Amino acid sequence: MIKTIFAFINAAIIQSIPLLYGATGEIITEKSGNLNLGIPGIMYMGGISGIIGGYLYEHSVANPSAILCVLIPLLSSLIGSTLLALIYSFLTISLRVNQNVTGLALTTFGIGIGNFFGGSLLSFFGETGSISLIRTGKAFKASLPFAHKLGIFGKTFLSFGFLAYLAIAIALVTSYFFNRTRAGLNLRAVGENPATADAAGINVTKYKYLSTLIGGAIAGLGGLYFVMDYTGGAWTNNGFGDRGWLAIAIVIFAIWRPTTAILSSFLFGGLYILSIYIPGLSGSAKEIINMLPYVVTILVLVIISMRKKRENQPPAHLGLSYFREER
Amino acid sequence: MTNEKHVKEPLFHITRRTDIKPLAAWGIRLIAVVAALIVSALVIVTITNYNPIEVYAKMIEGSFGSERKFFILLQNTAMLLCVSLAVTPAFKMKFWNLGAEGQVLVGGLASAACMFYAKDSLPSWLLIIIMLVTSILSGIIWGVLPAVFKAIWRTNESLFTLMMNYVAMQLVSFFIMVWVPNGSSVMGVLNQKSESGWLPVVFGQKYGLNIIIVALLTVVMFIYLHFSKQGYEISVVGESENTARYVGINVKKVIIRTMVISGAICGLAGFLLVSGTNHTISKELAGGMGFTAIMVSWLAKFEPVMMIFTSMFIVFLQKGAGEIATAFRLNESVSDILTGIIIFFIIGSEFFINYKINMRSKSKGAE
Repeated sequence: MIKTIFAFINAAIIQSIPLLYGATGEIITEKSGNLNLGIPGIMYMGGISGIIGGYLYEHSVANPSAILCVLIPLLSSLIGSTLLALIYSFLTISLRVNQNVTGLALTTFGIGIGNFFGGSLLSFFGETGSISLIRTGKAFKASLPFAHKLGIFGKTFLSFGFLAYLAIAIALVTSYFFNRTRAGLNLRAVGENPATADAAGINVTKYKYLSTLIGGAIAGLGGLYFVMDYTGGAWTNNGFGDRGWLAIAIVIFAIWRPTTAILSSFLFGGLYILSIYIPGLSGSAKEIINMLPYVVTILVLVIISMRKKRENQPPAHLGLSYFREER
Repeated sequence: MTNEKHVKEPLFHITRRTDIKPLAAWGIRLIAVVAALIVSALVIVTITNYNPIEVYAKMIEGSFGSERKFFILLQNTAMLLCVSLAVTPAFKMKFWNLGAEGQVLVGGLASAACMFYAKDSLPSWLLIIIMLVTSILSGIIWGVLPAVFKAIWRTNESLFTLMMNYVAMQLVSFFIMVWVPNGSSVMGVLNQKSESGWLPVVFGQKYGLNIIIVALLTVVMFIYLHFSKQGYEISVVGESENTARYVGINVKKVIIRTMVISGAICGLAGFLLVSGTNHTISKELAGGMGFTAIMVSWLAKFEPVMMIFTSMFIVFLQKGAGEIATAFRLNESVSDILTGIIIFFIIGSEFFINYKINMRSKSKGAE
């Protein structure tokens, strides 16, 4: 019994990491007033870019080194997801077009790219079968060497690849950035009221661009974690599923706070796989449990809007473009 | 001006323009489409080395190649148009209903439930009426819930409706699990033998009735938005809630009433998909249409008549890309990439319709 519980906690943490990356990225983006609904697409992009980078490296060198096996996919993933975020930023910030439409198109586009290259990368190189980067996956999965000596504790909490710890570190740094730095304060001002921020001398465009790009890059790492660590370097089309949307749900659930997002991701990650760990569940009951994250998110959304506590609200200018001459 | 030398005029500055002629606006959009097709062609060439003209020819064949293909195109267009019409009144008042997918799903689910439980115990026409009513009611419930919270507590509607999609999907999975006990989680065709609850075939076309109903709906929606008092109220609320309040429009009532309409049409779409097209239910019933409809409606500038073209265009892209995927043995996700590129270009072109770029003028002091 206790073993099952620890196995469940371990699995929940693994599930929570991609969600946490997505949620942190989306929080940073939304704090600037950009509701980026392209995050699910960006996460696919982050995953497939990493796969492409890893594949090209692993197949061009006879003896791939573990360090480059990590660095090259990491870099290509960051570039891929930043590029998609750049499309979104350019369209919504510079061209000021509708954020919802752009975001949804970006999700279609990103998932399309992911599934297209995931499904046909091998055939470009005259190979068949499905993508499997064993070395790269292994390099990403490498955990602390002493983790397994620490018994069940080490196995449950310390057995992850470095990307898992990085996710938590990024969330903590983001929280510090929002609450303790001048730039973080400025960013929140941009999301709350860009006109006031502009009048105070804050470069609204710069903040919006940077936060959307960095947010996109971080979200993309969630896709990278999924394909490299979770599946060990393998790609299956649509394998990432609807985790991107779940990440957006977490943003609401965590009321736009990165530290809360860590715990919320853990909770949602647990809910995501809970049905597997409850013995004797019927198929239909599983579906009801899988519904819980979304129902809970709606409840949170409703409750925060009813209580009207100022610090719990979405950024006031969320979803709106800013044009200086239009106030 | 003494300090003129010190002031650096930016290279260009942007101003809003309100006076653009409709013809010029559509011209800009057309240029965007052409540019998008060129970029898409470049993408196709770089990743596949195929002649893009050949690829586009195949796309056209995929939609118009045979009578059957053409009718499938029409049916898909009709369904996408139906959902687009549903989201339009809400968008016009700036209510971002991202939950059409879920509203269609619950509508379809209600129809499927009626078919599943009634079997052939009722005459088909009666069953169809019951299905229609329950579908529309379910769609309304799914749509009006976020609207009520938006109207009273200003709950963010785009996030609320987005989450409702996934609740609806899980609800469908749940019922399929209940109805199909063998665990395959795939619902077979309902009432295969008796065809009870199936929409009748008209003009020898299986999807004929779907197309006719949606065509009628387009006309009704056009009239509703342009020539009814309620349609006018929607535009006023969309332009400015404060103005609406000032002139005595009950904004809360308009929000809720509009979402009732939006949800009802989504429910109708679900009914048409189950009763007219698929005769079964699955999580993929709406197949992303709820999201595509947002782009269709927006591309058409919320004009029901223009939506006929934009929805057909999007469906054409998807069908065509599916065709080239099989013909050139590409992965069929290529259609999503092309759709994405084209939509990026068209939404990007809106900037040039709404704003004017003024380059730095050489002659100082002219203005």
